[in-house]
Amino acid sequence: MAYSDKVIDHYTNPRNVGTLDKASHKVGTGLVGAPECGDVMRLQIQVDDNNVITDAKFKTFGCGSAIASSSLATEWLKGKSIDDAMKIDNMDIVEELALPPVKIHCSVLAEDAIKAAINDYRVKNGMEPIASEKVHH
Amino acid sequence: MNIPVYLDNNATTPMDPRVLEAMLPYFVEKFGNAASRNHPFGWVAEEAVDYAREQVAKLIGASEKEIIFTSGATESDNLAIKGVFEMYKEKGNHIITTVTEHKAVLDACKHVEKLGGKVTYLGVKEDGLVDLAELEAAMTPDTILVSIMYGNNEIGVIQPIREIAAIAHKHGALMMTDAVQAVGKIPVDVNADGIDLLALSAHKIYGPKGVGALYVRRKGPRVKVTAQMDGGGHERGMRSGTLNVPGIVGLGKACELCMQEMESEAKRLSALRDKLQAALTVLEESYVNGNQEHRLPHVANISFKYVEGEGLMMAMKDLAVSSGSACTSASLEPSYVLKSLGLSDDLAHSSIRFGLGRFTTEEEVDYAVEVTKKSVTHLRELSPLWEMFKEGIDLDSIEWAEH
Repeated sequence: MAYSDKVIDHYTNPRNVGTLDKASHKVGTGLVGAPECGDVMRLQIQVDDNNVITDAKFKTFGCGSAIASSSLATEWLKGKSIDDAMKIDNMDIVEELALPPVKIHCSVLAEDAIKAAINDYRVKNGMEPIASEKVHH
Repeated sequence: MNIPVYLDNNATTPMDPRVLEAMLPYFVEKFGNAASRNHPFGWVAEEAVDYAREQVAKLIGASEKEIIFTSGATESDNLAIKGVFEMYKEKGNHIITTVTEHKAVLDACKHVEKLGGKVTYLGVKEDGLVDLAELEAAMTPDTILVSIMYGNNEIGVIQPIREIAAIAHKHGALMMTDAVQAVGKIPVDVNADGIDLLALSAHKIYGPKGVGALYVRRKGPRVKVTAQMDGGGHERGMRSGTLNVPGIVGLGKACELCMQEMESEAKRLSALRDKLQAALTVLEESYVNGNQEHRLPHVANISFKYVEGEGLMMAMKDLAVSSGSACTSASLEPSYVLKSLGLSDDLAHSSIRFGLGRFTTEEEVDYAVEVTKKSVTHLRELSPLWEMFKEGIDLDSIEWAEH
């Protein structure tokens, strides 16, 4: 299977690899997937007092498309408010990276990771978690 | 050294130029139909086929009359299993095989089940070998065939074929083996081993794709299989269809070369493989899959924990290998062979098969080691699981959300 240039680019030069202090109340952490399924993503956001994401980091165990999806997600998150970040849709990732149908689950996982990180931050800061009602593609 | 480096010789092998040279005259110049008995064009083709039949027979210690040419090992497996079932179903309807067989065997067995046959799929031990006591216990008076592969395509383990054949024969069953990965790589002798039917393929032994053979024993006992294709009654009535003369000539030449070079090649390849394996298992949390004593000389299957196989292969883009990871196939299940060894899904996802071959050089092996080490290290830096492992977190203690 051939990968798109954008997947290869994110895979070869992954953006924002790393770890934020998950104990900090300014940091939200989302850990999704399972080793048995061959994909685990950990996405972290650093949020300022205006609920704007100032930094995002990821680490991913998975195929090239999973790594590229999480790398792209961290790029998109930076500078967004947590409310806007909540609107990132997995199909936006599919489109941007030209993922083939068998790799759509990678984008779903990235969206789940974003939402999990935001909710972790919300709960830490006394906000209600937002339930995801979306039916995935 | 040519980049990318090819280390996927269990999938297919490059054709040996000497094989190509032997085949070339049989496309344009000597194009005859081996079944044309009445003119020289046919005679020349028939002579070439007969010669190839001898070359193939010699490699496995058979007689040339026992070789049936086919389109490849998938066809040979199908012909053997379905053909034996049809021919001997009055005698019994039970077949025994293992869960680690190639899909051609497993799916042919499933077909037999649809026709009313009974199939026992034996599990394997942690090292990939069949438990002989379990085989013995599975034998019934209705067992007509035991079909167990010689060398495994994913992990390279060599089954105790002689012992298996002895058990099959003791209970009056025939012994069939898919020997695609073993023939030409290690000594295989149908008489010494007690094999009644054997499938082999040209493209795994530096011959052309689209041609293979089925060995069918003629003496002690005389084995027959029901043809699976109707037609002109070629190949002693067991496999109709005009013979693929250039392909068969190529298969014959490939067998002859293996015969001549097997011993030295096996030594060279196992030394290279051992070097590769030793250098890669220096990496923390890397595990060799399958029995290492009873193993084909050219294969090493290694799991690099906390790194996913497909992601790893993408990092090693200048290295052609294969992975037991789910992501390499259309299904999302990781390798059934690795799982049957009792490997957890995450280790199966993390496996890479290195398959060396006749044209593999030491320089290429050194390069493969370097690229693999670099890639595993790089991907572990990206892996949250590796970070957790390093922090001493027990991954089993985490409630993963399966998706």
